[in-house]
Amino acid sequence: MSLRSLLPGLVLVCLVLGAALLSFAWTPYDVTKLVIADRLQTPSMTHWLGTDHFGRDILSMLMVGARTSLAVALVAVGIGVGLGVPLGLTAAARHGGALDELIMRTNDLVFAFPALVIAILITAVFGPSALNAIIAIGIFNVPVFARLTRGAALSLWTREFILAARVAGKGAVRISLEHVLPNLSNLLIVQATIQFSLGILAEAGLSYVGLGAQPPIPSWGRMLAESQTLVTLAPHVALFPGLAIVASVLGLNLLGDALRDWLDPRLRHAR
Amino acid sequence: MLVWLAGRLVSLVATLLAASAVVFLVIEVVPGDPAAYMLGMNASEQTVAALRTELGLDRSGIARYLDWIGGWLQGDFGTSYTYRTPIVDMVAERITVSLPLALLALSLAVALAFPAALFAASRRGGGADAGVMGLTQLGIAVPNFWFAMLLVLLFSIKLRWLPSGGFPGWEAGIGAALTALLLPAIALALPQASILTRVMRSSLIDALGEDYLRTARAKGLSSGAALWGHALRNAMIPVLTIIGLQFSFLLAGAIIIENVFYLPGLGRLVFQAISSRDLVVVESVVMLLVAAVVLVTFLVDVAYAWVDPRLRTR
Repeated sequence: MSLRSLLPGLVLVCLVLGAALLSFAWTPYDVTKLVIADRLQTPSMTHWLGTDHFGRDILSMLMVGARTSLAVALVAVGIGVGLGVPLGLTAAARHGGALDELIMRTNDLVFAFPALVIAILITAVFGPSALNAIIAIGIFNVPVFARLTRGAALSLWTREFILAARVAGKGAVRISLEHVLPNLSNLLIVQATIQFSLGILAEAGLSYVGLGAQPPIPSWGRMLAESQTLVTLAPHVALFPGLAIVASVLGLNLLGDALRDWLDPRLRHAR
Repeated sequence: MLVWLAGRLVSLVATLLAASAVVFLVIEVVPGDPAAYMLGMNASEQTVAALRTELGLDRSGIARYLDWIGGWLQGDFGTSYTYRTPIVDMVAERITVSLPLALLALSLAVALAFPAALFAASRRGGGADAGVMGLTQLGIAVPNFWFAMLLVLLFSIKLRWLPSGGFPGWEAGIGAALTALLLPAIALALPQASILTRVMRSSLIDALGEDYLRTARAKGLSSGAALWGHALRNAMIPVLTIIGLQFSFLLAGAIIIENVFYLPGLGRLVFQAISSRDLVVVESVVMLLVAAVVLVTFLVDVAYAWVDPRLRTR
């Protein structure tokens, strides 16, 4: 098992990340400028990936759209980790107590709300926006991380080194932070990668149905929604945003799988 | 088992009540007055007040919540603000599209995943296995609504084999209705089939390493017969859980896919309701979706405990 297995995923992720970062400084064309005369051009030397129905350069829109996708998914993972991990650690430290029960039952409740349903609820009340998409996907991520953290932390709490720390007089909070959390980091990194890729898919789905980022902010999902009626006329308009989503999700999933194998010594020796 | 089941039933009811309270509260905090919205800018204050009374909006939140729950128990979801028709009728009509779509997709996913997983597991570590696994990675990464657009491009526009959208209704005959649902179901099934294949493959491989399988092989069964007769049944347990866990993704996927194919299902209903601010409809459909997820989770738990008695003691 070598670092080489990380390569395919890493390359794809870096490509998308690089495009997103580059778009802050430079894009081939201005994505806010509509040039109706240039509309629906097929890929050429002037427009590498062609133009959409408003004559906007598709490559430039994809680069700026990458920002939306990555930002929404990343913040949503942040919400999931930031709330879910402390909740899971608390539940494990208070295993069998009322607090554990309360946290886990609340988790079950939140789990019953798919991200799309949360987004529908929030949008019905506050109207659609990228922020609502972040909140919806973020809330969905919380029980995922809480359950994972609690499950893994529970098995750590029975180990000798934790017992030693308890004998030494350390409290539950210190043990959770100093001994449990560091041992969970690998697991959490892998799960974060998976939730990141699910977040990109969810963001695309939400903006496709109009519950995510609103114009003029470019987003891959909305590019696909706008291309739907043009698909016979100009298939390339529908092709590239989809490929961008596939590349990001595939890259993150490959990276997650490789990271899991690489970080888990048992799997490393099995190879 | 009965005590266990009773406990699970209590927690099912508690979860449903808590979920209904959350849905109701979120919709309650909505800014703006549905009555004023329905009547438009020029309505007089008296007309708005009269409509508020008619819709029951002038009563306390708790009274309305209890009414809402009571109505649900009697199969009355309230009346749509926009269409002025009973929501239960609208939902009943739409569900005859969404539910068959989800079930068709699920069946397709299982039908695809089953042979693919058996094939990959029986050729573990080989090129064929790697090929199947590569395809499933791709299947998970493809957004299903984009895949749906590609399917329309190929099968409806280029080849003209299947309709690109719309739904003729079940009264047009089962054949016509299923034809309309086929492309959406394939698009929905792809990611599900990919995930199922991966889970089924790895649980088959785990089962193949067990002692009872070595015994089966030692008594002279071929590897295929051992796989079919012994490993498969044991490998199905984790697969069942994944099907249950994936149900909410299937439901969400169905709602999005309905938009690609202009299918008159629950998804279209809820998005139309959002844009016309018909909040009682949103509230009812959301509650229905959440109840479906909770119920499926419960049923999977029961099925799981029935298959594996050890789990009942947890």
